[in-house]
Amino acid sequence: MKYLLQCYLLMSLTLSGPTPAADTQPYTQQRMELMRLIEQDVRETSVHLDREMLDARVMKALAEVPRHLFVPDPQRRYAYQNRPLPIGHGQTISQPYIVAIMTDLLKLTAEDRVLEVGTGSGYQAAVLAELVKQVYSIEIIEPLGQRARDLLNKLDYDNIETRIGDGYYGWEAHAPFDAIIVTAAADHIPPPLIAQLKPGGRMMIPVGSRFMTQQLVIVEKDSDSKVTTRLILPVRFVPLTGAH
Amino acid sequence: MPTSAPASIRPPLLTIALLSATALGYEILLMRLFSIIQWHHFAYMIISLALLGYGASGTFLALLQSRLLKHYPLALLSNLALFGLTAMPSFLLAQRIPFNPEEMLWNWREPVRLMSIYLLLSLPFFFAANAIALTFSSFSRTITRVYAYDLFGAGVGSLAVILILYVIPPLDALSLTSAFGMACIAVAAWELQLPKRLWIAIAVLLSMAIAVWPGQTGLVLSPYKDISQTLRVSGARVIAERFSPMAILQVVENDRVPLRYAPGMSLNAGSSPPAQLGLFSDGGSMGTITRNSGDPQAVEFLDQLTSALPYHLQRPRRVLVLGAGGGMDVLQALYQDSEEIHAVELNPQVVELVSKDYGEFSGALYDHERVQLHAAEGRGFVSARDTRYDLIQLALQDSAGASSAGLYALSESYLYTREALQTYLDHLTPGGYLAISRWIKLPPRDTLKLLVTAAEALHRTGVENAGKQMILIRGWQTSTLLVKNGEFTADEISAMRDFSQQRAFDVAWYPGISVDEPNRFNILREPYLYQAAQTLLGPHSQSFMDQYKFNLQPATDDRPYFHNFFKWSTFDEILALKDRGGLPLLEAGYPVLVATLLQALLASTVLILLPLLFLNKAKTSGDPQAISRLRVVSYFFAIGLAFLFIEIAFIQKFMLFLHHPLLTASVVLASFLVFAGLGSNWCKRYSTQQCYRRGVIGSVAGILLTGTTYLLSLDTLLAAMVVWPTGARVAVSIALIAPMAFFMGMPFPLALTSLGAGAGTLIPLAWGVNGCASVLSAVLATLLAIHFGFSVVVLLALLLYILAAWNFRSNSVN
Repeated sequence: MKYLLQCYLLMSLTLSGPTPAADTQPYTQQRMELMRLIEQDVRETSVHLDREMLDARVMKALAEVPRHLFVPDPQRRYAYQNRPLPIGHGQTISQPYIVAIMTDLLKLTAEDRVLEVGTGSGYQAAVLAELVKQVYSIEIIEPLGQRARDLLNKLDYDNIETRIGDGYYGWEAHAPFDAIIVTAAADHIPPPLIAQLKPGGRMMIPVGSRFMTQQLVIVEKDSDSKVTTRLILPVRFVPLTGAH
Repeated sequence: MPTSAPASIRPPLLTIALLSATALGYEILLMRLFSIIQWHHFAYMIISLALLGYGASGTFLALLQSRLLKHYPLALLSNLALFGLTAMPSFLLAQRIPFNPEEMLWNWREPVRLMSIYLLLSLPFFFAANAIALTFSSFSRTITRVYAYDLFGAGVGSLAVILILYVIPPLDALSLTSAFGMACIAVAAWELQLPKRLWIAIAVLLSMAIAVWPGQTGLVLSPYKDISQTLRVSGARVIAERFSPMAILQVVENDRVPLRYAPGMSLNAGSSPPAQLGLFSDGGSMGTITRNSGDPQAVEFLDQLTSALPYHLQRPRRVLVLGAGGGMDVLQALYQDSEEIHAVELNPQVVELVSKDYGEFSGALYDHERVQLHAAEGRGFVSARDTRYDLIQLALQDSAGASSAGLYALSESYLYTREALQTYLDHLTPGGYLAISRWIKLPPRDTLKLLVTAAEALHRTGVENAGKQMILIRGWQTSTLLVKNGEFTADEISAMRDFSQQRAFDVAWYPGISVDEPNRFNILREPYLYQAAQTLLGPHSQSFMDQYKFNLQPATDDRPYFHNFFKWSTFDEILALKDRGGLPLLEAGYPVLVATLLQALLASTVLILLPLLFLNKAKTSGDPQAISRLRVVSYFFAIGLAFLFIEIAFIQKFMLFLHHPLLTASVVLASFLVFAGLGSNWCKRYSTQQCYRRGVIGSVAGILLTGTTYLLSLDTLLAAMVVWPTGARVAVSIALIAPMAFFMGMPFPLALTSLGAGAGTLIPLAWGVNGCASVLSAVLATLLAIHFGFSVVVLLALLLYILAAWNFRSNSVN
């Protein structure tokens, strides 16, 4: 019986972990370490992404945003591990590596206006807000949208406007957009979203399950409004043995 | 030696039959329930491991058998009560454990959660097994009869649970098993003529009433299942629900945020789909019911899908849609003015929902004068008729998410095998098309496997250059493969190019394709599909498949695992890429199966086999019988594996004959159990004359004779009768299974009786080993079938029976 009690105490100590209050410093360190890992991973995936490293601005944005504040308390200790995390309501916050690549592939400039369909935790919107002039974000699940809105307000992101509602029709009042990111899985690309993309703009759609991004689809609209897609495997993997 | 019950007491045969029926029903229900709240292959894993409760009861009884047998009636009643009491709470607690398979490789809590589920669910099986094994030991002279009732009960249980699931939903059915568990107590009290049995019966009746009291909590589905995701959206609500043994069907409506499903719709499409209702089967998406007002403009999106291609090359007059579901492909055929549309849907409740409940919404789609509806299994429907079609359309059935996660890897599918494609091709009119659409995956997998399978099917029908009869196009989300009964003409190719160009689809293959064509609208780093198609349709197909990092070998009827793309050679590479976006490349189904086998092996060895071997050693050291321990292990292990190997392989062998998966599983399982029960009862003559050896060798000879005959001739025999009416086919199936099952019912009880007569302390060992083997065999049979096919599984089973008989050559006990 004594043994059991000891085991229990040991387990509960291991499970409880450090308190967030005492943690700001370690979180910053963890974030920097994660940035280093992502840079290294991107270099290894460079062939597939057509670049040696990510845009320094994207890396800076990722280094700025306190990811641990966007995940629920029980997940906080894992905030800077390179993995997706559940955020409740059957939704997730993507793997940081995937967030980095998606943001980078949008080729954003400081003057851009971006639409995000699927606010989720609000993390992606915060990263975008570090890079562009204005972010518009729509969330379909009410409590999630509310939580993200409160957090983004608390963090003083005054260039993010959020809305709770159906993202299928985009956000007509603020259209057109330089970039659109659709974080909710889609079986087809809503025609209104294509219409709200500026000529020369890019739309990013991750395809896969909630936890795993199978492939990235970039919809590109050229200056003649002709639309094409690029399908990207965000991982260093060639399908044939011996092919590199 | 155990203390046997006094001769005056008769074994509680009805109790055993009822308990077996209930326990088997419980197992089937758990499988159903976990398929609903989780996913099929995890359900398989969870139930397999929980069944080790049977094995664990061997260990438990080895320790306490002699003590328990002194108080057999009390021990039996307690175990029955504990089964009844744990059946429902075990599941209710287990479903509350927030296990998420997708986090397995990231979060150490997930394996702990999984293990907690195993432990919780193994409890009812443990108590049920105790009750049965105690009865074997207590009535060791009449084991053959006890076993007969055990099997017979299980057979009846397997049928009863299917019937029950037509009347009440699975969770309520589970509470019913709890009540039946309680009922066993009353039956046992009566059979054992216990004092105060009337009071026991009254108490049992009360507990039964409580067990089935309405107001149980509902099912707790994984938040990541399709329906959970859909219902999160404000305004979404379930407007209809149907249940049957096949599936729980739910229809979801959302007035506020309309559902819209248009898989892979062209980027150039001007309009969106009209209002739709979501259709879910066991919580997974199975498409939508589209509002059909009769206005073709409203469903114009159907012309913007890759699957619309065949309608633009010719105007197919007679169309067959396999897997009609919510009716999207049928509506597409109507939109394209086909004159005679045959819609085949497996689940009659889907048909009922679309044509009756939502008939107005769907524009009475299935009652349309040009549509003929058939509630049947697709492959069986085609092969049972001589009709030829201008177009056979194989619908995009699985949801994109499930497809990308490799969740179907372990589901046998007879729709995409080489033989299936041959059957479809045989049923095309000259110049007719077979069209199959799939989700696009990177790197490509299923689309390529389909291409190779179609090429092989064409080769087997005598076509030399298969590439001349195939067209493959792709969008950003879906691909459609067109196989023609004949070569494509220049007009058709020109129409295909126009169709693709207008909709921003890329062509990946057509006879005469040029290198600058395949990567224009949906740009891949390299035109993988085109490059692969070039090689796969040429002479170096095999070496390409060998070098490809996913398994592209065509599925066959003997190895019907189309959805398994896993290759061991790629496993390490993918794991190393875990943090760099690599995990989605892991086709999860197969590794989960292997993990199940390893866990089951480890758990069997550590928790059951080792303790049993050591415990028995301690007890029987110095006993001359000690030498037979290893033989006991190998004998019961061999027959435990073999019995289920044959049962599982025959379920698959009869699947194509009986067409319907559920009908097949019920008929085959029940026939095996019932006739094995009769066999066990019949062989009591050997046990009374104590010529166990003759009985074992004779029965194994019978199994070998029937087994070999079936291995050599069953496929041909069944193919000849495949067009017979269902009733006749069921009767033939039962008649064919009966003799083999009859013999298969003998080796276990004969050997157990033989142990009971001389080395009763070894009965728990035999029971535990047999339990472990049964668990391992289910997983092992699937693994073997994936690699070598079901015929090899049968062959191995026969060899195992030979091994068992050889083991029994000198009967040390006799």
